[in-house]
Amino acid sequence: MSQAALLSVKGLEAKVEDKTILKGLDLEIKPGEVHAIMGPNGAGKSTLGYVLSGREGYEVVGGEATLAGTELLDIDIEERSRAGLFLAFQYPVEIPGVSNLEFLKSSVDAHREAQGLEPISSKEFLKEAREACKQVNLPAEFLKRGVNEGFSGGEKKRNEIMQMLLLKPKLCILDESDSGLDIDALQVVAEGVNSMRDGERSFVVVTHYQRLLDYIKPDFVHVLSDGKIVKSGDASLALELEAQGYSWLTEQRSADPIEMHKEVM
Amino acid sequence: MTEEIDKALARQYEAGFVSDVESETFPPGLDEDVIARISARKEEPEWMLEWRLKAYRTWKEMSEPEWAHVDFPKINYQDISYYSAPKSMADKPKSLDEVDPELLRTYEKLGIPLVEQQMLAGVAVDAVFDSVSVVTTFREKLEEAGVIFCPISEAVHKYPDLVKKYLGSVVPQKDNYFAALNCAVFTDGSFVYIPKGVRCPMELSTYFRINEQNTGQFERTLIVADEGSYVSYLEGCTAPQRDENQLHAAVVELVAMDDAEIKYSTVQNWYPGDEEGRGGIYNFVTKRGICHTNAKISWTQVETGSSVTWKYPSCVLKGDNSIGEFYSVALTRAKQQADTGTKMIHLGKNTRSTIISKGISAGRSNNSYRGLVRMNPGADGARNFTQCDSLLIGDQCGAHTFPYVESKNPSAIVEHEATTSKVSDDQLFLCQQRGLDPEKAVSMIVNGFCKEVFKELPMEFAVEAGKLLEISLEGSVG
Repeated sequence: MSQAALLSVKGLEAKVEDKTILKGLDLEIKPGEVHAIMGPNGAGKSTLGYVLSGREGYEVVGGEATLAGTELLDIDIEERSRAGLFLAFQYPVEIPGVSNLEFLKSSVDAHREAQGLEPISSKEFLKEAREACKQVNLPAEFLKRGVNEGFSGGEKKRNEIMQMLLLKPKLCILDESDSGLDIDALQVVAEGVNSMRDGERSFVVVTHYQRLLDYIKPDFVHVLSDGKIVKSGDASLALELEAQGYSWLTEQRSADPIEMHKEVM
Repeated sequence: MTEEIDKALARQYEAGFVSDVESETFPPGLDEDVIARISARKEEPEWMLEWRLKAYRTWKEMSEPEWAHVDFPKINYQDISYYSAPKSMADKPKSLDEVDPELLRTYEKLGIPLVEQQMLAGVAVDAVFDSVSVVTTFREKLEEAGVIFCPISEAVHKYPDLVKKYLGSVVPQKDNYFAALNCAVFTDGSFVYIPKGVRCPMELSTYFRINEQNTGQFERTLIVADEGSYVSYLEGCTAPQRDENQLHAAVVELVAMDDAEIKYSTVQNWYPGDEEGRGGIYNFVTKRGICHTNAKISWTQVETGSSVTWKYPSCVLKGDNSIGEFYSVALTRAKQQADTGTKMIHLGKNTRSTIISKGISAGRSNNSYRGLVRMNPGADGARNFTQCDSLLIGDQCGAHTFPYVESKNPSAIVEHEATTSKVSDDQLFLCQQRGLDPEKAVSMIVNGFCKEVFKELPMEFAVEAGKLLEISLEGSVG
């Protein structure tokens, strides 16, 4: 039986400055599914997350994207967030002097307001936030510290997952959340994600390596190359890529691999 | 981002209304006769008039300072009116019931209810409207503690010995051009005296309001904290929105006797002018305190208003072991210019000073920190720590730091740290991706930047300052 898609991306084309990065990308994700997006550097993996979330500088030139029926590409960044889109950053930025707790509560309240709800009581929020801290193995004192201020790389990534736990998005995009993590931190991130899998919430796991997928089992694996999905399969595709690299998929598509490998942020 | 900032840099100045109060205003112009008339209106004793005239003669010999990093057309001092008072104040009201309701409404509109029962618990207020003090609340309660809190014009009559002794003792008449002018023409302001060993039972605060057109406001504040006493004082300022510039040249003098502590906080929100820099207040203010042995003076300021600010609240650390502190947030936007900072003059042994300055520039504004730390030969073991941070919003504004350090004592230690940062696109994107409006995001980032200063403000005013910053930043991002 056919279920309505949570995220539907059709023919998405986007450019950064004058360079076209996404060249007609199609992706359909149903509720509860985990999709891994793999591919060589410069294929447009991070761009996909930025375009869907509306980051400035990423210009959509064609195609459409809907999240739970909402046209994503027509609305502001914060509205996309409130519609249930969450992006876990590859390089989380610091906001000195703004406590994690204040930042998180403001975010949660902004989401609640969009749903016509009153702000959450401080007491209740503190309880939830402490619980989330525990889940990602961060001491509760991190709530009082400035957002990502002086955090180690691993702490920043765990902080991203904590935000995800509290905001309870419909769709989470993890942008290379495994980069720079040791195996313990990787497990914490994966456990955070797995704890949120409830058959409704969906995930897009963007990664360069198969390693993360040992811990977060994907339903589908897609290979993104030169702005398009060039191959899709189940979890076994990731293993195949691990063994053989990307070249067998990408060489047949482009005569100019150097151009393709340029890092695009 | 810059384009969007420009596009959206429009905000409402909420205190910009004009009150319909009948006033008696002197025609523009300044000479000895005008000063005599101001003095006569205030029914001042002879010595006060003589003091004013002496200052006027000094002022005439001086010239405007030109070293500040600000630019404005030459002021014609003969175009300014030096006295304006609501007519209804002619027969001085004895109590709140006798105050013109329109005046009370003005302060209510500004969020400063003067009716005592409705007031924030534990804050006594003096309200100065143009050139006169309208009302001072909670006077009886303060009198019980022996605290004097009254308009300075009244203190001249009631406490002439105290006024004679301390007026001009910290900021001499010839200190600078604007201070000299203030000495000649000051009209009102607050006087505070805390007796020995008394901890002032409530926060004291004065709200200054300029209403009349083409008038200058020259208030004078004198706070004397006798041995071992403590007082916390706050001033707030607003003015209507007008196309002409108005001059505000105040003088504040603080005297902290042995073991006394004065905490002086300012939330300055004079009209800043419009997007193109038309109108706004010229805020040329001299503030200085003297600390005797073991005394402490702490200046905290949140400056968001005025088209041009020239202001350096300072501490003379005369007594051994005395402490001076300066915590400042200065926000400029549109075409505002601020040149502000502090002077810490270390005279006594083991004196300590701390300077935390946070400058935020947006739009096409210019924001400068100018600070002097001087260690005199007698300042054995003295220490200073200075931290100067600048935050830029957009790429058309300027942030400047002018630190001056003069050390004449080898055992003194002076530390200076400075940073400049930008509200980055990455920070904004993170906040928005988590569901926050860009405006809320910027105000949160800026509030975070200012946290070290806000925590120095009395609680209720810290909230007020945060809100003020939020309003001031409205429209700072697209």
